[in-house]
Amino acid sequence: MSSTQVPSPTTSHDGPGTAPAPSRQPMLARVRDLALVPAIIAIAVVGYLVNPVFLNSDNLINILQTMSEIGLLVLAQTLVLVAGKMDLSLESTFGLAPGVAAWLIVPTGVTHGLGLLPGWSGVPVTLLVGVVVGIVNGALIVRFGLNGFVVTLGMLIVLRGLLTGISGGQTFFGLPGSMLYIGTTQWLGIPVSIYLCLLLFALGILVLGYTRLGRALYAIGGNVDAARAAGIRTGRVLWGTLVVASTLAALGGLMLSGRLASVAAAQGNGAIFTVFAAAVIGGVSLNGGRGTVFGAFTGILLLYMIQNVLTLGGVPAQWISALNGAIILVALIVSRITSGQAQE
Amino acid sequence: MSQPAPERLTPQRPRPLVQATGVSKRYGTTVALDGAGITITPGRTHALVGRNGAGKSTLVAVLTGLQIPDEGSVSFDGQPAPAPADRDAWRAKVACVYQKSTIIPQLSVAENLYLNRYPGTGDGLRRRLVSWSRLRRQAQDLLATWEVDVSAAARAADLSVEQRQLVEIARALSFDTRFIILDEPTAQLDSHAITRLFERMRALQARGVTFLYISHHLEEVYRICEDVTVFRDARRVATGTVEQLDASTVVAAMTGDALALIARPPRPRLPAGAPVVLDVRDLQVSAAEGSFEAASAISFTVRAGEVLGLAGGGGSGKREIAETLVGLRSARSGSIRVDGQALTPGSVPSALAAGVGFVPQDRHHQGFVPGLSIAENLTMTVPHRLGRFGTIRPAARTALARTLIQDLDVKTPGPDLAVAALSGGNQQKVVMGRALAGDPHLLVLIQPTAGVDVRSKETLLDVVDTVREGGAAVLVASDELDDLRTCDRVLALFQGRVVGDFAAGWSDLELIEAMEGIER
Repeated sequence: MSSTQVPSPTTSHDGPGTAPAPSRQPMLARVRDLALVPAIIAIAVVGYLVNPVFLNSDNLINILQTMSEIGLLVLAQTLVLVAGKMDLSLESTFGLAPGVAAWLIVPTGVTHGLGLLPGWSGVPVTLLVGVVVGIVNGALIVRFGLNGFVVTLGMLIVLRGLLTGISGGQTFFGLPGSMLYIGTTQWLGIPVSIYLCLLLFALGILVLGYTRLGRALYAIGGNVDAARAAGIRTGRVLWGTLVVASTLAALGGLMLSGRLASVAAAQGNGAIFTVFAAAVIGGVSLNGGRGTVFGAFTGILLLYMIQNVLTLGGVPAQWISALNGAIILVALIVSRITSGQAQE
Repeated sequence: MSQPAPERLTPQRPRPLVQATGVSKRYGTTVALDGAGITITPGRTHALVGRNGAGKSTLVAVLTGLQIPDEGSVSFDGQPAPAPADRDAWRAKVACVYQKSTIIPQLSVAENLYLNRYPGTGDGLRRRLVSWSRLRRQAQDLLATWEVDVSAAARAADLSVEQRQLVEIARALSFDTRFIILDEPTAQLDSHAITRLFERMRALQARGVTFLYISHHLEEVYRICEDVTVFRDARRVATGTVEQLDASTVVAAMTGDALALIARPPRPRLPAGAPVVLDVRDLQVSAAEGSFEAASAISFTVRAGEVLGLAGGGGSGKREIAETLVGLRSARSGSIRVDGQALTPGSVPSALAAGVGFVPQDRHHQGFVPGLSIAENLTMTVPHRLGRFGTIRPAARTALARTLIQDLDVKTPGPDLAVAALSGGNQQKVVMGRALAGDPHLLVLIQPTAGVDVRSKETLLDVVDTVREGGAAVLVASDELDDLRTCDRVLALFQGRVVGDFAAGWSDLELIEAMEGIER
């Protein structure tokens, strides 16, 4: 895959009697995983110098909460990227899933709601939309063998259009209490969405690192033919991954809708770029088979911390978006330097 | 141990075309070349042999100017080598046809031949406009000059491996190079194509072209080469003419052992009552590409402790039959039973559950995931052994991997190294280990020793013996006689039919004739 001429390593030929040298590889891998930690600490220090409020617990909770919603998209995208695919439609699912729930539940008259379903059904309907989107993506990519990038690009546009259609381009208000719960409730002074996000990332670390399913994703992303020859049901695993990813995106959308108590027609619009940037900064390969959930977590955390520092530093709101783009580029360069590896 | 003297070339030889002396190259702590050298006489074909990791690739990189040696010098025809950055000067001195194609498949043959030096439509600015008619004419002329029977307008992707190599050679010659390095050119060629390649090499040699020929196959070296240089452990250990160095001397120099390629000990006869492990009836399979039939009405059985060979070249159907057995493809008709149980057609998990282990034809394509560790690759087929409820305990994985690494003598600092970092022979051992991880009742091997060094080959074939002594059945689909010599019985396949059934002790000639479809 690499174009450079790598010399085959000269190994010791002195027979089986030699004890294998202690392996340094896992330690290296772990170090690569922690590549962004120094950068995160540095930003924390800079943030404190810029404005001591930065390390205030309220501010830290604020960072984590706003991060948790996009964070689930990053987690979802990481699963898909490790398996060697891309899912662009996640950002639209992020808006559409809570949008459909709101549409079916919110009473007529207030906004574009239909008022067909009872309030408690908000969460299951949201997640169900995520599952359905994942199944459709899987059907097109796995079953019919279409190009994943273009399929999910098409889905991104279709799903965005659906949300605009059902909402009439307006924002849904008056969401039922069930949909507000995870976005607004606090346990021990910390929003539920933070717990949920951290829990799901922890689960992601365990699943990708220590289960046959998770390791199968790496095998599929690294060499799908070898994975198939090793008995991995590649199609099924890929399909399942797409469904899980879309469901995570729906859940992330629900968190945001809950926090804002509304679903805007543009919810999630453009988020996918931040998501990809966070994943790549965190060391996930766009070519599949490489990267960790923990790395992706540090990637999104770093991005949100930098944005917060900028806001605290008094950067005018009109300039934030230009700076956001610049930050992503700088963060890429920083992670390139700290990891010492070319990004793919 | 007495080794041949490092330099045996007699002084009355003409001035060497290429001479490298005292070349050393280190990559970090790895010593790739350690005071190595080579002397190539013009107009002669020179073989460079050595095990994987002996330093051949690095020497080629130094001779082609892609790597700058830490020490030592390279000279061409008595002149010092060009500056490293002067690619055009290097290209005029030396060209290399690599095992991996450097042809761009989407472009035409003509474009590939004149990549980045397309003829312009005129002078000045017009030189920057590509003249397609001149390009095609130039390419056609070049191909005609060197008698390469390929259309300049053909898409490179449509060429066969053989044609592709000829195009690469023609491209090399178009730079006025008269020194060409061929890196394992026969690895993907069948025997007819190899013969044609050798004829071509002789014809070019008569026109003044000098070759450096790199191969794992000593038989080929003695067919085509006049001089031979052996590398081991980053140094040159022997050099001379093929008359001076016979095959056993070369093997000894390669491995560093006096003994090599020992005749395999005769094996005990199969007990008459051994149970049938694999029972194939009237199998009919489709070819890998296209819809024509690859094999039809194939029936055979393999018993516990038996090694059955399926001998055949490309297009014989051996690969398709083997892949059907392991569930990588579905049979059109017929039945496959392992231990009396019918397998679900086209299901690898079903075959694995029935106790079938598999070494695929192309390790890079289906054998391993290069970016994952040796341990992960070795245990990929047996995740259920590494923990409960779908979890994987890294300690269990490492332990199982260490056992396999030791059994197969994989040369690695540890189980966590990525497979991509191993040499070809050790990669193939990992693929074999993956097949053995599940303690298979039936082991299916396709070309198990393709492109590996002599010592790895021995290890891999020894494994077959061990597996068979453990009471498993083994099926070896191969056209390598060394692979087939491990078999108790060999079925020769030709164009999808069984054309011969040989018990152990067959003569090479008989079997090759059967594989080539020659009626006796």
